[in-house]
Amino acid sequence: MIPEPVRALLFYLCAGLALAGGCWVAFARNIVHSAFALLATFAGVAGLYAFLSADFLAVVQLMIYVGGVLVLILFALMLTSRIEEARVSNPTIGLVPGAVVLIAVSALLVYACVKEFGGTTDLPPGEPTTAGIGDALLSRYVLPFEVISVLLLAVLLGAVTIAGGRLRKPAPGGKPGKERP
Amino acid sequence: MEVGLTHYLLLAAAVFLVGMVGFIVRRNTLIMLMCVELMLSAANLVFVAFSRELGDEAGHVFVLMNFAVAAAEVAIGLAILMEIFRRRRSVDADDLNTLME
Repeated sequence: MIPEPVRALLFYLCAGLALAGGCWVAFARNIVHSAFALLATFAGVAGLYAFLSADFLAVVQLMIYVGGVLVLILFALMLTSRIEEARVSNPTIGLVPGAVVLIAVSALLVYACVKEFGGTTDLPPGEPTTAGIGDALLSRYVLPFEVISVLLLAVLLGAVTIAGGRLRKPAPGGKPGKERP
Repeated sequence: MEVGLTHYLLLAAAVFLVGMVGFIVRRNTLIMLMCVELMLSAANLVFVAFSRELGDEAGHVFVLMNFAVAAAEVAIGLAILMEIFRRRRSVDADDLNTLME
């Protein structure tokens, strides 16, 4: 068992990684820095999952987010942004409405966290969760599981249709297919 | 001080707020998408924390669903983004004002 101060230190390390990465994502001037800070956030959150003894989710988080989502975002970033001009691609506007919403929602959230759930401090000891997740997915939650599969299939088709729109076959009349405007 | 549920909830609230404010103040659609990812991560963290607190695996199942939804959102969002960039040469949210003109 890890001693308590080390546990706390690890928690604050992961939490700081996630939060600092998040701030960097939202407020960095260079969009490439934002994308790489997202990596720090995902790594920090994965560490917190491991800390909460959600071992399976920690690994899945790393695989899906860092391996998939982040790579996809980086590809889109390289393809769409004039990344050498950090200023052009990254204006920050609406600071006043942002601040108003920040204050209002943060008051609500902090109230909810501290007031409603402030009493509970010690978490029960964790167990490996993978077997339990598998059981739950194929017994009680089999309907959401199937629905999510259909959603992913629809997303696959939709993404190909939207982004691959130029790859049309030539029209049967013999003329080559035109590019869409 | 022992790390408990409240710590996780406060951290998730902070990450959610950062994502939300980033979504409001930034005009680059890519960064807005990344901020949505931040908010989804915060929600996942709350799910896992409560799952641990209550000793119930349902939270983990819902986090898995959330992963799938987040991946779907990114895939479709980036596909739309690429198409917008192809037509307008810009991914700035303020440039997408055809209906206002």
